[in-house]
Amino acid sequence: MIAQLTALERTYAAIILVVIMCVGVAMAVVGRGDLFAVHGWIIAAYAMAVMVVLLRDIDAPEPWEEHFREYYDDPTKVGIILSLIWGVIAMAIGVWVASLLAWPDLTFDAAWASFGRLRPVHTSGVIFGFGGNALIATSFHVLQRTTRARLPDQLSPWFVLLGYNLFCVLAATGYLMGMTQSKEYAEPEWYADLWLVVVWVVYFAIYIRTLARRREPHIYVANWYYMAFILVVAILHIVNNLAVPVSIGHAKSYSLFSGVQDAMTQWWYGHNAVAFFLTSGFLGMMYYYLPKRAGRPIYSYRMSIISFWGITFMYMWAGSHHLHYTALPHWVQTLGMVFSLVLLVPSWASAGNALLTLNGAWHKVRDDAVLRFMMLAAIFYGITTFEGSFMAIRAVNSLSHYTDWTVGHVHVGALGWVAMITFGSLYALVPWMWKRPALYSARLVEVHFWLALAGTVVYVFAMWNSGIIQGLMWRTYDPNGTLTYSFLDTLVAMHPYYIARAFGGLLFLTGIVIAFYNIWMTITLPAPVDEGAASDLPVEPPAPRAWAQAGE
Amino acid sequence: MFDHDTIVGFSKSFGLLYLVAMSIGVVIYAFWPANKKQFERAAESVVSDDEDRPWL
Ligand code: HEM
Ligand code: HEM
Repeated sequence: MIAQLTALERTYAAIILVVIMCVGVAMAVVGRGDLFAVHGWIIAAYAMAVMVVLLRDIDAPEPWEEHFREYYDDPTKVGIILSLIWGVIAMAIGVWVASLLAWPDLTFDAAWASFGRLRPVHTSGVIFGFGGNALIATSFHVLQRTTRARLPDQLSPWFVLLGYNLFCVLAATGYLMGMTQSKEYAEPEWYADLWLVVVWVVYFAIYIRTLARRREPHIYVANWYYMAFILVVAILHIVNNLAVPVSIGHAKSYSLFSGVQDAMTQWWYGHNAVAFFLTSGFLGMMYYYLPKRAGRPIYSYRMSIISFWGITFMYMWAGSHHLHYTALPHWVQTLGMVFSLVLLVPSWASAGNALLTLNGAWHKVRDDAVLRFMMLAAIFYGITTFEGSFMAIRAVNSLSHYTDWTVGHVHVGALGWVAMITFGSLYALVPWMWKRPALYSARLVEVHFWLALAGTVVYVFAMWNSGIIQGLMWRTYDPNGTLTYSFLDTLVAMHPYYIARAFGGLLFLTGIVIAFYNIWMTITLPAPVDEGAASDLPVEPPAPRAWAQAGE
Repeated sequence: MFDHDTIVGFSKSFGLLYLVAMSIGVVIYAFWPANKKQFERAAESVVSDDEDRPWL
């Protein structure tokens, strides 16, 4: 892998790593006595570990010329594996957190294992670790294939992938030590946020530079979705994390916003994180891998463009539905509600477009569990967005807000849509990337499919029931006008559903563990490379230009 | 600076205007007859098999 880098790229990599190591050590020195120092050491150790890998091959011979005439897929391969590792860990912690709600003793009296610390490890782990790595890995693949151009250089993709994972490590370890900005999905402190800005700018630059080199004049719609994901996440991240640290050697910082402005900024961020991280990027995945796997072009390309602009411009205004019945001005709440309702149109246009693409290929869906994952994802995407628009109505939200109904909605989207489309895409991608005729076991994909579906259904129905019971108990009055149920009564009523949810989560977790095993075996088994079978094996490029014109 | 009512007034009028204008613009672009070919080719190109090397 290192041997594929040019000597110059290896040198630059070494310089960057030394700089990062120095920054880490400096943080450790300046932050003496503060948790900031611990993160300094973690940064230095991370850079050191990458450096060891680099040094092992630092003086390998230059890669062949031929290598630069193929797509650059090494970062994609590593990204796939990182995504699965984060997925297994973060979902295991999800099951733990779910069990904590059913059996609160499972903290074992350790501060780091308390609910408040493990929960953000779960949320950031699944969203950023599992989802983010899958997005980075697939975006590099899709970008190159649809533009017919190689990535502009071989160093910046590694910077993005490994730099991003450093951010994820800082986030997770920080929560376990009790560091947080107390903004949901934006918990990491200021220095981690600054680092992510650097990584993200490089990520966007890769996109722009590759597009500038493209050989295919039209930019395929999947790239638009990926670019919206990168660009908008950058804007959201920067604005919501504007903060002033206590001092340069201290981890704690204070937000620039306060009061209801802070709440609105946070949920403008939070909702658009849903829209551009958990939706737009994964729609990019869907618009490429689903037609590819089904062997059929997308049903309506026009519709995919219209829904793109609809989603991009309308999600921006929907964030205030998280703040119904708060100090936020009434008209702003109404604005969020109306936009949430209108959002159903482009959302269902995307879901419908995906399903109509499969119309006429149902036999493939029946036989191929990979394609079935993608189909199920489209269905769950339709369900989540319908439910979301419904919950955004102020009167409905008065019942659902603060209850497990929200958690149910989150996981229809997270398990049913985000995770399923990821599994489908990664299963499709792995044999292409490692030049294998097929996955190690189609049977295990089938097992995974049913575990994932069963896990999602159990989880979601448990939370819907629990949430609605909880919401109704909170608003039941007796004839004297006082509340009928105490808070404890609601907990007793919810307990069985919490046990069911933990069980559903366990099924889902088992599924991803099987996926990891299956993909690992696909990669490591020296399968006979069957030249004809895999569709992604090199063929002659259509119009190869001579490297150097004779006589020039 | 601007007072609250001015900003509210601006968002309520201009916001409506530009969103409607944008929606119309997007629909026109998507249905513009000259773009049809290009869109069809783009949709087809994903399923084609000649993706395996960058075009040089
Ligand atoms: C094995 C599967 C999973 C289990 C058992 C699980 C369990 C949980 C639990 C117990 C909570 C806390 C709920 C509460 O505070 O009442 C939670 C929250 C959350 N989970 Fe999961 N989860 C799983 C998978 C996922 C995946 C794959 C994603 C995203 C792609 C995800 C995203 C979230 C989010 C965003 C929240 C915060 C919800 C909120 O604040 O309303 N989870 N999960
Ligand atoms: C048209 C699309 C959607 C609309 C209108 C919508 C609307 C909503 C509403 C009204 C809430 C509850 C807010 C509250 O009471 O606090 C919510 C929460 C949430 N939704 Fe959606 N939703 C949509 C799609 C999705 C999708 C596709 C996902 C992807 C996974 C998702 C993930 C979430 C998350 C993570 C939360 C919890 C936020 C929190 O409190 O921590 N939503 N959404």
